[in-house]
Amino acid sequence: MRRRVAVTINGTKHEHEVEPRLLLVQYIRDVVGLTGTHVGCDTSNCGACTVELDGHSVKSCTVFAVQADGAQVTTIEGLAQGTTLHPLQQAFWDEHGLQCGFCTPGMIMAARQLLARNPNPSEQEIRVGLEGNLCRCTGYHNIVKSIQAAAKVMAPGAERKAPAPVS
Amino acid sequence: MAISQMVGASIKRREDPRLVTGTGSYVDDIPQTAVVHMHVIRSSEAHARILGIETGRAKEADGVIAILTGKDLKPEFGAPLPVTVCFVPDKKYPNHYPIAIDKVHYVGEPVAIVLATSRAAAEDAGERIEVKYQSLPAVLDIEKAIEKGAPILHEELGSNLSYDVKFAAGDMDAALKEADVTIKQRLIQQRLIPIAIEPRGVLADFKTFSNKLTVWSSTQIPHFVKVWLAVILGIPESNVRVVAPEVGGGFGSKIRVYPEEILTALASRRLGRPVKWIEDRNENVKATHHGRDQIWDVEIAAKKDGTVLGIRPTQWLNLGGYCSQFGTFQVLGMLVAQGAYKMKAFDGRAVGVFTNTTPTDAYRGAGRPEATYLIERVMDLVARETGIDPVEVRRKNFVRVEDQPFTTLLGLTYDSGDYTTTLNKALEMVDYKALRREQAEKRKQGKYLGIGLSTYIEICGLGPAAATQAAVGVSLWGMSVVNVHFTGKATVIIGSSPHGQGHETTYAQVASDVLGIPVEDIDVQHGDTAIGPMGMDTYGSRSTALDGNAVHVSATKVQEKARKIAAHLLEAAEGDVVYENGKAFVKGTPSKAVTIQEIAVAAFQTSRLPKGMEGGLEATTFFDPTNFVWPFGAHICVVEIDAETGATRILRYVAVDDCGTRINPMVVDGQLHGGIAQGIGQALFEEAVYDEAGQLRTGSLVDYLVPTASDLPSFELAATITPSPVNPLGTKGIGEAGTIASTPAVMNAIVDALEPFGVKDVSMPATPQKVWALMHRNGGTKR
Amino acid sequence: MIPAAFDYVVPRTLPEAVAELVKHGQEAKVLAGGHSLIPLMKLRLSTPSFLVDIGRIGNLSYIREEDGHVAIGALTSHHDIEFSELLKNKLPLLTSAASQIGDPQVRNRGTIGGAAAHADPFGDFPACLLALDAEFKAVGPRGERSIAARDFFVDTFTSSLEPNEILREIRIPTPPPGSRGTYLKFSRRSQDWAIVAVAAQVRVTGHEVTQVAVGLTGMGSHPIRASGVEQALRGKAGHDDELRGAAERATDGTDPPQDLNGSPDYRRHLARVLTRRALEQVTAHH
Repeated sequence: MRRRVAVTINGTKHEHEVEPRLLLVQYIRDVVGLTGTHVGCDTSNCGACTVELDGHSVKSCTVFAVQADGAQVTTIEGLAQGTTLHPLQQAFWDEHGLQCGFCTPGMIMAARQLLARNPNPSEQEIRVGLEGNLCRCTGYHNIVKSIQAAAKVMAPGAERKAPAPVS
Repeated sequence: MAISQMVGASIKRREDPRLVTGTGSYVDDIPQTAVVHMHVIRSSEAHARILGIETGRAKEADGVIAILTGKDLKPEFGAPLPVTVCFVPDKKYPNHYPIAIDKVHYVGEPVAIVLATSRAAAEDAGERIEVKYQSLPAVLDIEKAIEKGAPILHEELGSNLSYDVKFAAGDMDAALKEADVTIKQRLIQQRLIPIAIEPRGVLADFKTFSNKLTVWSSTQIPHFVKVWLAVILGIPESNVRVVAPEVGGGFGSKIRVYPEEILTALASRRLGRPVKWIEDRNENVKATHHGRDQIWDVEIAAKKDGTVLGIRPTQWLNLGGYCSQFGTFQVLGMLVAQGAYKMKAFDGRAVGVFTNTTPTDAYRGAGRPEATYLIERVMDLVARETGIDPVEVRRKNFVRVEDQPFTTLLGLTYDSGDYTTTLNKALEMVDYKALRREQAEKRKQGKYLGIGLSTYIEICGLGPAAATQAAVGVSLWGMSVVNVHFTGKATVIIGSSPHGQGHETTYAQVASDVLGIPVEDIDVQHGDTAIGPMGMDTYGSRSTALDGNAVHVSATKVQEKARKIAAHLLEAAEGDVVYENGKAFVKGTPSKAVTIQEIAVAAFQTSRLPKGMEGGLEATTFFDPTNFVWPFGAHICVVEIDAETGATRILRYVAVDDCGTRINPMVVDGQLHGGIAQGIGQALFEEAVYDEAGQLRTGSLVDYLVPTASDLPSFELAATITPSPVNPLGTKGIGEAGTIASTPAVMNAIVDALEPFGVKDVSMPATPQKVWALMHRNGGTKR
Repeated sequence: MIPAAFDYVVPRTLPEAVAELVKHGQEAKVLAGGHSLIPLMKLRLSTPSFLVDIGRIGNLSYIREEDGHVAIGALTSHHDIEFSELLKNKLPLLTSAASQIGDPQVRNRGTIGGAAAHADPFGDFPACLLALDAEFKAVGPRGERSIAARDFFVDTFTSSLEPNEILREIRIPTPPPGSRGTYLKFSRRSQDWAIVAVAAQVRVTGHEVTQVAVGLTGMGSHPIRASGVEQALRGKAGHDDELRGAAERATDGTDPPQDLNGSPDYRRHLARVLTRRALEQVTAHH
């Protein structure tokens, strides 16, 4: 009953024989070993498991690995360039956009999609765009600020000051 | 004393680079080979006798290693799960084992464990286990549970009553006689599910031939867990190590020694292999303790000028199926229900009752949200009854600055506080008078604006040791080790472990100021019982008041030793040498200084030390403060209610909080944001609901409504700073203040909005349906 | 939360998919976006032993206008509907509803065909498709058939699709110029299922309401056409008092459910309020 899947995760192709019932999040975490993608619920409400699948943010707890066969997946581990953080990661750090950090990878992946679709969102558009991601620590206040800050940096034509590598 | 530079600075958290890149390590992220997966079979019945558990078919399933029931495991329990005093020394409670043996008392109680080579195999096998129950009538409701003839959960106790205790001072009957106004009101604290976004998880690894156990657990209390694993499993405490790795939120839900911690450890000992259990959300909502679930009945005596003479609250507490470890902690609410106000009489009573529900225990605030909800609703009820503005009623009754340190009727003494100033500042921020005018205007247009206040005080920072020994049953203090290394870099070890609070940053700030060592050269370690002597862990907003100050004291001890070494190196008299910003020098000649690096080298090249001095540059502190700390503040919430749908929208949320010295204001504000959001969650969204058979109807995040980003406003925060006199840093706590304050602010705003409809109270959560029904109960006619 | 084991096939064409369904009978289920099915499977409330993943069948994701109809492929995602320029112009009711389903991640994955076939009484698309008189093209062992929306939604989680039929396309008559639509949804939080929602499509020509269609979500075991509202408003001028009066009839013949978020009374009340608001919105400035 096992199926062969080939999934390119953060630019690296992985091939495995898996049970059809294996969820994409289990594939990413337990088979490939990228544990930055978290599981916080069973019902696709919390968004902690958000990854990009062929350019669309999805809840990887509600996708079977076999459905991602041949797909390109980006996880939180795929955002930083070496030790230089992605502008969203940098902004979450700068603006105290996280506390316990458990929802953060999914939150950042959701924010990435949000900014890709709307590079200059209003506060309300950010809040609505995060509907699929629960955070219990921050009250979302600084998450909103983080995304606003990242939007400024990522805006087309913005003066890019390269963030310093994390020592 | 060194000039403070880092304390008070909003520096970025050093925890974050690993967390924003997904490279932090929560329990489920810890790599382990040959791990056995545990799946817990849980009771589907709220109240039943276990007649038998058929495991034969399951044992034959693929990948199954063992299946164990309560009967199998009972001989291995050296003791039941712990229960602490927590304000009620004489309560009745049953022995609670990590797994049900003869009877189940709530849906979700463990009845068997499956150990298998994969999680999938364990769940597959679980489907084949048949538990035969003899169903018993279930009782879920506090009042029904203590009626005559109610089904009794624990026959050995004779009834479902655990305790009925009084907390009284002053003459309440006289207060009622003197009163112009008396009010009776029932206030409901609905049952809440904490929902840390990381559910719990445990990895236990028992090494047979060394008799040593290591447990990684998503817990707030690794040190307590270590002690109880040793006691229950009968392993020397010195052979048990408990690690709390990254912990994805707690909010009180991870402060128990939980059944699964014991069960994974026992299973690992049996199998000689590491055993892992990761909680599903589906389990979490019933297996991890719940919060609140209390009824407060209050009688109020007041004068027509708004003076509150006394209150008589009765707190009915639903304990759930067992008395949890800190299950009576919420009675603390009684002790602090006087709030920020003076009065003559307090006549409190707390009654704890068992029901067939998930056990309740601490949830963000634990007792203080309930107390604050009570007293802040009392102030508004008196305002409504007397026709005086709620602001004026509060001013009338406030404990004043000149009354501090103020001692309450029940004998607790506030450390410091200026309640008028925080209130004034909050009123200014919202422009209270203009808001009231706007409210009046809008009412004429059929729009319902509400303004709610909460001028809270709270107690935190547990110790002091003597007081907590008496009240809680454990001596609570702060612990730190500060160790300066050969190269002049330092390690700080603390006895509390964060789950989002940022200790790795803030305690480095504290040590940095004392030692003059840059923050980036100070590593803060925590959450591992093997690295320090002992810790009292993290709950009740205690870490900074206790362990933070312990860091300050240890660093000061190290500084003192460094100064002595420096005097020796400088060939100067000890009394002439000062230590500032990482350098020691003879007073007046800072150019001829020795640096902490040079001192540290000497501390380990022990031949260079003064005669009789031991090597090393290290200090350990068990810090015991002189009192609790009492944060306070004023929150104002402005809501608008859609008269047609009953939906509440928060227009503004303003908070002025005083938690004494702020080590890192950015982190303090973050704690407030999250706390306020959680309190708003209780006011507007969250409620655990059982059906009549004791099945949880809000059994997933589909039905249990945690607020999302679009349900909340941005928060407007400001601060006053009144340092606490009871610890050297002057810090108080801030982890729970937001939650404690915000629930009554929101509810007072809603009741205020509904004033034209004659509504005096709205039960929580204020759902659109409930609000709509209250507005239309008299056919929608306004008063 | 791991689903029970199942076997899995990825057909490349609809006939192949139908053949698999026929072969495996009741044990088989169709997997599209998976956002209804997978959570149920994780809770083991649904334990199919065979899944037919139609996600890789070509040419089932499209939105196009042809012969006076808008045709939407069954695998078109909620997101593609939400952001379709064609639909924004011709059927804003659908883009409005799509933008209120679940959350962005769910909308990326969920499909209109899956949502229709799942027939959740609290789902957002069914009431819209009912109000728009959509036609459902389904492929089965005996070829393709067409099902009218009023015959499609039968009961809670029950459509008139046969177990071995697969939805291929949804066709909606292109509303005439001047026809306007909106979807108003009331829920506790925005990611939640509707307590009640109203889909309204109205055309006012000159001073006459020439077209009015209202669909209700959350008012029964399946989406409902508020025919009382439609009768009351059709042919009227669309004045405020007429809209109010018509909206009062939103509850005619409904039997709304009771759950944690709403009693039948509250739902009836919401249906009237939301209907009035929807009608006001789509007739504004006439």
